[in-house]
Amino acid sequence: MLVLPLLVVVLFSFGERGAAGGYVPAFTLDNYANLAARWTAFQNTILLAPLGTVLCLLIAYPLAYYLAIKADPRWRTILLILVIVPFWTSILIRSYAWIQILGGNGLPRLIAEFGFGRPRLINTPFAVMVGIVYGYLPLMVFPIYVALEKIDRRLLEASADLGSPPWRTFVQITLPLSLAGVATGSMLVFILLMGEFLIPQILGGGKVFFVGNALVDLFLQSRNWPFGAAVAATLVMVMLVIVTLYLRAMKRLSGGRDDVAMM
Amino acid sequence: MRLYVIAVYLFLYIPIGIIALFSFNAGRHAAQFAGFSTQWYGKALDNPFVIDALKTSFTVAMTSALLATVCGTLAAVALQGIRGRLRMVYDALIYMAVMVPGIVIGIATLITLVTVFDTLNPLLATLFGGKAPPQLGLGKGSLIAAHGLFTMALVIVIVRARLQGMDRTLLEAAADLGAPPMRSFVQITLPQIAPAVLAGFLLAFTFSFDDFIVAFFVAGSETTLPIYVFSSIRRGVTPEINAIGAMVMAASLVLLITAQMILRPRKR
Repeated sequence: MLVLPLLVVVLFSFGERGAAGGYVPAFTLDNYANLAARWTAFQNTILLAPLGTVLCLLIAYPLAYYLAIKADPRWRTILLILVIVPFWTSILIRSYAWIQILGGNGLPRLIAEFGFGRPRLINTPFAVMVGIVYGYLPLMVFPIYVALEKIDRRLLEASADLGSPPWRTFVQITLPLSLAGVATGSMLVFILLMGEFLIPQILGGGKVFFVGNALVDLFLQSRNWPFGAAVAATLVMVMLVIVTLYLRAMKRLSGGRDDVAMM
Repeated sequence: MRLYVIAVYLFLYIPIGIIALFSFNAGRHAAQFAGFSTQWYGKALDNPFVIDALKTSFTVAMTSALLATVCGTLAAVALQGIRGRLRMVYDALIYMAVMVPGIVIGIATLITLVTVFDTLNPLLATLFGGKAPPQLGLGKGSLIAAHGLFTMALVIVIVRARLQGMDRTLLEAAADLGAPPMRSFVQITLPQIAPAVLAGFLLAFTFSFDDFIVAFFVAGSETTLPIYVFSSIRRGVTPEINAIGAMVMAASLVLLITAQMILRPRKR
């Protein structure tokens, strides 16, 4: 039930386009040869999805660290729930909020009133980035928090007792032990970002488009399904390759331990 | 450190606050706050397109969540009896369904459904004949199928977590006392997993109700609330969208918090 649809996508990608859109069975690689026509979308995705993942990670890690190690245990649960709650509500409406903030009458006007000119924010890669970090931050915080929380506190105390400064404890103990969470979080965010459609559509205004936007265009507007299927299949393939490489690299980094796996 | 954390929380909640704040804007421009008013809520609820979309969304979410809950719970119970390699394959498949980007699910479901319809429709035409043979097409049915399928994975994950925490000796005791499997399922398993089943239902409902991307692909000519909001956003920013957004957010928050409360106290 779950795998069949993916197989159908691959099958479609070898087909030809019917006269009125749709699909005519065939075996051709033309659709794959044609991929270059959507190169910009692939380029944007391959550049911006990893960048968004890294930004999420940089912002999420200190927050997860605070929640897991520094925060008062009485407040911990409620603080954690507060991070997750936005993630479960409609991403569509949350992105819409950023149109109001970054649009001409939001932040840019505020900046103009302070006399710094009136920068254009909406429909730029910057706006898409803000939307991405906003949308996916909770997904990154959670796995890192779980990994940090599992760390045996006695290790940290022992390190302090032996006279190592806090930064050294962090680099030598906390960070390596939390890598599993970092790997899981980055993977989750990265996979979902590769297929993102809404955020670039709403905050990029059709100027900053991802593969997801190309897919919607091919399937719903220009109705070139076989080509769309080829784009989708390529996307999944690229995703799988990057995920495999990343997991392998993380495994090496953490000294070949097995717990650096997804989920 | 503390300042940083506060800043992140502000970053997370200011946009939500802005949606809510401007939904009470008396002026018609979304950018300037011109006094308090609830007129936009009234306008939104008077708009027949909004009401239609809301009805569609509700029907789809309710039906698909019910389907997903029943099938998902049964699947979770059945999976409990499977061990070893086969179990690992099933687990991997379920996690995949939770993790694959919505757009891929949307496309895959669209293509599959259309292929199935294209094979079935001529068959229906020859079976029924006449001028207007029944036709299968995209619409509420395909929405329910697609949502039911991908929220089912969610229900399975939640119910299974609860099943794994269950005391197995109770089931053995029931079997020893001669209860048939069906009876011990109804009298022992079901009451114990009931909170997880209910929470799974609420989450599945919220997922379906909030989903845009899958619906966008398989809705055909139907309009769900997120699809309506999306096409309104393209036409511009208005306080009416804020009002709809605020209501949808409030509704999903209530459902989510209820689901959390049902799951939490018994977990410990």
